[in-house]
Amino acid sequence: MDAMVRELSYAQAIQEAMAIAMDMDERVFLMGEDIGVYGGAFQVTGDLVERYGADRVIDTPISELGGAGVAVGAALTGMRPIFEFQFSDFATLAMEQIVNQAAKMRFMLGGEVSVPVVMRFPAGSGTGAAAQHSQSLEAWLGHVPGLKVIQPATPYDAKGMLLAAVADPDPVMIFEHKLLYKMKGPVPEGYYTVPIGKADIRREGRDLTIVATSIMVQKALDAAAVLESEGIDVEVVDLRTIRPMDKQTVIDSVKKTSRLLCVYEAVKTLGIGAEVSAMIAESEAFDYLDAPIVRLGGAETPIPYNPELEKVTVPQIPDIITAARDLVKGVR
Amino acid sequence: MATASKAVTNSRANLPFVYRQYSAEQLKQVLHKMYLVRRFEEGAEECYTRGLIHGTMHLSIGQEASAMGICMPLAEDDQITSTHRGHGHCIAKGAEVKRMFAEFFGKTTGYCKGRGGSMHIADVGKGNLGANGIVGGGIPIAVGAALSSKMMKTGKVVVSFFGDGANNEGAFHEALNMAAVWKLPVIFVCENNGYGMSTSTARSTAVKNIAERAAAYSMPGVIVNGNIFSEVAEASHQAVARARAGEGPTLIESKTYRHRGHSKSDRNRYRTKEEIEDWMSNRDPITLFESELREFGFIDDKGIEAIRDAVAQEIAEGIEFAKASPSPDISETGNYVYTEQA
Ligand SMILES: Cc1ncc(C[n+]2csc(CCOP(=O)(O)OP(=O)(O)O)c2C)c(N)n1
Ligand SMILES: [Mg+2]
Repeated sequence: MDAMVRELSYAQAIQEAMAIAMDMDERVFLMGEDIGVYGGAFQVTGDLVERYGADRVIDTPISELGGAGVAVGAALTGMRPIFEFQFSDFATLAMEQIVNQAAKMRFMLGGEVSVPVVMRFPAGSGTGAAAQHSQSLEAWLGHVPGLKVIQPATPYDAKGMLLAAVADPDPVMIFEHKLLYKMKGPVPEGYYTVPIGKADIRREGRDLTIVATSIMVQKALDAAAVLESEGIDVEVVDLRTIRPMDKQTVIDSVKKTSRLLCVYEAVKTLGIGAEVSAMIAESEAFDYLDAPIVRLGGAETPIPYNPELEKVTVPQIPDIITAARDLVKGVR
Repeated sequence: MATASKAVTNSRANLPFVYRQYSAEQLKQVLHKMYLVRRFEEGAEECYTRGLIHGTMHLSIGQEASAMGICMPLAEDDQITSTHRGHGHCIAKGAEVKRMFAEFFGKTTGYCKGRGGSMHIADVGKGNLGANGIVGGGIPIAVGAALSSKMMKTGKVVVSFFGDGANNEGAFHEALNMAAVWKLPVIFVCENNGYGMSTSTARSTAVKNIAERAAAYSMPGVIVNGNIFSEVAEASHQAVARARAGEGPTLIESKTYRHRGHSKSDRNRYRTKEEIEDWMSNRDPITLFESELREFGFIDDKGIEAIRDAVAQEIAEGIEFAKASPSPDISETGNYVYTEQA
């Protein structure tokens, strides 16, 4: 029998996944700032503290470096912490523990240990929170061997990938776009996982491949719907994991469509788009390309407070439509 | 003016610090500014509710005496670093409310030309090096500014405002240590309003009073009632004198309370209505200051009324200014990322 499928928001899906993980394994616990009675800055933990108690839903002081380090230490020694950063921007305060410790511990110790920690990062712009609360820093962590970095784009994936992350023996970093938290979608009850390291073809098409991440997946799908009415048939690949990247799915798609557009919210330069483009240029798909690869990413600036400026700083649906259309029509 | 003349004939010798230290005119100015902070916050809140301001904001209603008391002995070119709850600090250091409103409205006439908003409000011209979106982010920066002051022999004193929550960040501890080792002219002001977002100091902080942390860094740790203007100003006065004399930093813990939620999305589930009510009706810093001013004969009802009216007008004009100001052009998104060079 199939599990009951309901409409849940992305935030509810994550909350449900954390509850299931805690029900299944008493080593799983949550840590973060204001995740208890406050319910988390984005209400993702919600009332979990009432169900699991303050010993398993732990409010930390405002101490990101120490908090992340405590989670790493607990993971190293047998627990299964899920650590919430209040905003992904505050990863910058905890970089030492994430990059120097969590990511390298197993390697440095010759495989004697594992660090099964999960860290959650509310990310992205669009809320008027300005330059220090709106960044997309996933590529920073994607650059570090030893970490796995995922960006679920739907409620279904958010739940399934979080459960996969908890089951994973290595550190998994989950970037959750803040504007997705209210997005609703079908989510089955009970336990299931969505594999880390596997992209998803969210829409099949013949004329162009759009590789998108996180919130840009939905924007790409919306753009594709418009382009369809113009006779342009877009394939949308949801990358889902940026490390380890599912190269084959992207390669196969580009071989089929012969055109590649990468869309992501983070600053364009030195980001995921560069990686995907280079990967294709190095692969057998290169010979299939009919046009130069195009990247659409964030502007080369911090995120501004002013709402109009904020909007133009990251790719929007009309930008994707224009870029895709130009690419297919050979406009440069 | 009967009350005023009574004040003159009374000896001031037994009055609290500020009533001995400052003129009636100066003290009225303080009341004016406290009202300006209060009404600014209320005005900003209303504009937010009406959709004129987006994002979020952290209001300092209830903490006015702390901001004003600390800034009282500062000279115009002394500097401060501020926090996400920084509107009061900004006004206390001399900012114009119209340019603050303009910033909140995202306009080019704002202090940050619409790029920063509430959380990054600054007034560099008046020595406010900026609010901060990062808890504790401003503390080492203040120490750096104090290092500049010492190296460049400018004589400037620097104040770093931060909340109780910030005292658990590593930056706080590292910064205090360096300031003490190098005897820098900096004053650390912890505005302890009892909570870092939802987490009470009892749940987050190992010491009962944050001022006790000063002992670990060999500097004076002073506790003041942050809702009593005179107490705050007196402590600040002493710390500024110590800093100017080259004797090094002080940690002041100003115990206060925020009347509003942490930010615009707070449901206040971590504290009781009774607690909030108690602070609002029994320990409101403006009410307390006003009644002292009255009691000691520095102002009468008419004087208070005049201040309230003037402030109301200033706020209304400020909002109008912000509304009428232009938005930045979207072609200017790339400005200010780097320093423009000729
Ligand atoms: C490094 C960092 N961690 C967390 C936050 C989110 N945050 C913003 S304000 C705040 C509470 C700060 O408490 P406190 O320092 O006591 O200042 P208050 O808000 O009470 O004025 C938190 C957790 C942040 N902005 N920066
Ligand atoms: Mg506080």
